[in-house]
Parts: sequence; structure tokens; C-alpha cells
Amino acid sequence: MRIEEHPILGSLPKAQTVWIEVDGKRIPARAGEPIAAALLAAGIRVFRTTHRRGEPRGLFCGVGRCTDCVMTVDGVPNVRTCVTPVRDGMKIETQRGLGRWPEQK
Amino acid sequence: MAGAEVTDIAVVGGGPAGLSAALAARQTGAEVVVVDENSAPGGQLRKQIHKFFGSKEHHAGQRGFRIAEELAAACRDRGVELWTDALAYGIFDHTLGIVRRGTAFTLTARAIVLATGASENALAFPGWTLPGVMGAGAAQTFINLHRVLPGRRVLMVGAGNVGLIVSYQLLQAGAEVLGVVEAAPRIGGYAVHAAKIRRAGVPIWTRHTVLRADGRGQLEEVTIAALDENGRPIPGSERAFAVDMLCLAVGLTPLTELAWQAGCRFEYSALLGGHVPLHSEDMETTVPGLFVAGDVAGVEEASTALEEGRLAGLAAAAYAGHGSPALEKEKAAARERLLALRSGPFGSGRRHAYEEIVRGWLRWSGAR
Repeated sequence: MRIEEHPILGSLPKAQTVWIEVDGKRIPARAGEPIAAALLAAGIRVFRTTHRRGEPRGLFCGVGRCTDCVMTVDGVPNVRTCVTPVRDGMKIETQRGLGRWPEQK
Repeated sequence: MAGAEVTDIAVVGGGPAGLSAALAARQTGAEVVVVDENSAPGGQLRKQIHKFFGSKEHHAGQRGFRIAEELAAACRDRGVELWTDALAYGIFDHTLGIVRRGTAFTLTARAIVLATGASENALAFPGWTLPGVMGAGAAQTFINLHRVLPGRRVLMVGAGNVGLIVSYQLLQAGAEVLGVVEAAPRIGGYAVHAAKIRRAGVPIWTRHTVLRADGRGQLEEVTIAALDENGRPIPGSERAFAVDMLCLAVGLTPLTELAWQAGCRFEYSALLGGHVPLHSEDMETTVPGLFVAGDVAGVEEASTALEEGRLAGLAAAAYAGHGSPALEKEKAAARERLLALRSGPFGSGRRHAYEEIVRGWLRWSGAR
């Protein structure tokens, strides 16, 4: 959920809308925000499943340390979505396990 | 490109300690570069929207993100080089290995200040990895910096200052905060922060813990229980809450990777958050010319980080050949202010812990 109004920070500043594609579905994002912010704003909370047990994982540390939020971005696996800014036309996939590099597909 | 950059003082980390160190070193005429992996300088100040306490020289009454903006502006005005999106991945003597926007290069400095900060601790219980369970700092980053609420109904674990402040900020962001769970018998944070959330109707349950988190695919329910005198859950006291967010505010650990790699000697200090590099009164580690400041030197507050940064920046400048009698006086004044910050009921414990680290450094220095 976007925080449109805030008692201290005021109204959400205007930002250019860019479009990203998440597992084939187009969702809007604010230019420059991290991928994870756009996903959470769209109600997407499961970013990947683990290698052995297939357990769901999402945002945990939010500052690029824990690597729980990694996804496959434009074909590159293990991208930290909490510190990687969105780009118009970016293709993001829920990552299964360690992911696959393009040459492994 | 395999470039090799050179400067007088390199500072790793652009939070309060790093920016303060950079400004102090720069005022001596030294050339200073700040290396920060984030897209903007300011470190964790950028997500602090509450007003700070203390005295004027520590920006009392100002909101954290404004302090970050001011420090960064002062750095730019005075000719400190701020490299954002720049990750210092390694340290080799007085040379840092850096990756910036896909390019690797080195930065060699006469003196280096590590101001790498700290990271949030996790807490393990069944279900702690479910999406919706996250660090309180992560939630704070997303609500205040990115303006996105990661959930609507929240439980907070930890009634230290982070847990209390983030609970209040979650309310400000429009979330429902059901309560704060604290294992200790007493609230750890300042009474003023606790009072704010209590006035808003948020209960604080001391002597309670999280038993488990459940949900199909993501967090749906959290079960808490009361603790007995020995810290064991009391059977029958369990309570379940339907929530989509559980925040963990259970302390911070210094980010010491570079200090370990550099070969610094360490001592464990539970009060300062874990293994801390031994350092002198001037914040110099056991590696000559390598200084530490802020949470990496022991987890404290932004005000102490600013003063430690100042002290480390001045000492690093002196090491790099920019020393003067005036600089020595300024260092002494910074040490005095640090002593004042570490006084009173909340500060004296940290003062003893800090002095223990300095004593360790002196023992090492004497045995050399």
C-alpha cells in the first residue's frame, strides 16, 4: 500500500510512472524506487522460493544485507530487489532456488 | 577499466559517523573521499523522521533525514568527494577495492576511516522466515523512505528505542499496531517513546515472547506467550493474533567485515552489539592508519556516531600529515563531548563498555 498522505512527510511527491513486468504481469512503479517497493505496493510479498524446501521468502532487512529478497531481473538471478532501482520495461521473475543464468536455460 | 585512485583520507560509509569524519578531516585541508554503497548519502539517518534529543551541536530538535541532508550539503560545499553507489568490497593495507556502477577499481589512502555502521539482528522461531516477518529497520526504510507499507496489521518484537520509535512511525504511516512484545521485565527504550505509543492505545507486553509465526505462503498469524522468572513460556498464556506483518527490533550488530579483513584485533562486548575492533582514544584500530567510528566501533546512537566520526576524522588527518596544535584541542573537545553523551542512567553502561575496548587497545599497544 502506498502511503499517499503522511503527518510528517506530507503528500507523496509526484514521480514519473514506469512499468515493470512481474512474472508476465505489468505493474506500475515510481521511477527510481527499489523493485521491492513497487512489488509491495502492488501487494506482492513472495519474491522467491528456497533451493531445497521451496519455502517462500520476501523482504527481510531492506538494506541489501540479508539477500532474502533476491529475484531474477532481466534474466540475471540473485538480484537484491530492496536496493535495485526499477527501470521501465524491466522483467522480473519470482526466483526458484538459486535461479538460472541465461546460458543455463 | 582497472583504475587506481589516490587520496589523503578515505571514509567507508556515508552515515552520520562517516560524513562527520569526512567534514572534520576536510577542514584540515586534507583531500577526502567518502565511499558509500547506497544511492544517496546519510546512512540510516535518511529514514529517521523523528526529532533528535540532546544538545544543539548534536542537532537536537531536528529530524534525522534533515540532518543527513545538511551533512551531505556541507560535505559538497567544502569539497569532500561523495561516491555513492560505490561498494567497498575489500581492504588491502591502505587500499580499498571498490565496485561502482559495474566498474572495479582501487582507492589508496594515507589513512582510512571505517564507518560501516551496523545491521539488524534476527530472531529465530518457527515461521520466522515467512514473508511478512522483517526487521523493524526494514519496515522503517520502506514506510519513511520509499513510502510503502509492507503490511497493515503489525506486531512489534522489542521495546528498545528502535521498536518503540518504529511502532509509532508505523501508526503515522497508517498501519494498525496491535502491540509490542518484550522478553525483558522492563521497557528498554526511553520513557518518552514508550509513552507516545501507549497514548495511541498500543499495549507493551514485557516478559513476553513470540512462540511462532504461521501462514500459508506468507504471514497470517503470530502466537505470543508470557515468560516465567526463568524466561520460559508459561503454558496456557498463549495468545494468537491475525497479522500480516511482524517486525523484529532485537538489536544491532556492528558491520565489521572490512575491519576483520584488515587484521584488526577485536574484543567481544555484549553491550556494544558484538565483536568490536579494539581502538585507541583517537579511534585508531590496531592497524596503524586505520580508524573506526560510529556503530562499527560499538553500537550506540547517532549523536555518539557524529562525535566519534569527528574524532576519527581529525585523528586520521593528523596521521596523514595534517596535524596541528589546534587539531589536538579539537580532538580533546570531541572526547569531552563523548564523555558527556555516555553519562547518566542510559549512558554510563556504554561508557564502561567503551572504556573496556580502549583498555584492550592499550594492553595491545603496551605489549607491542
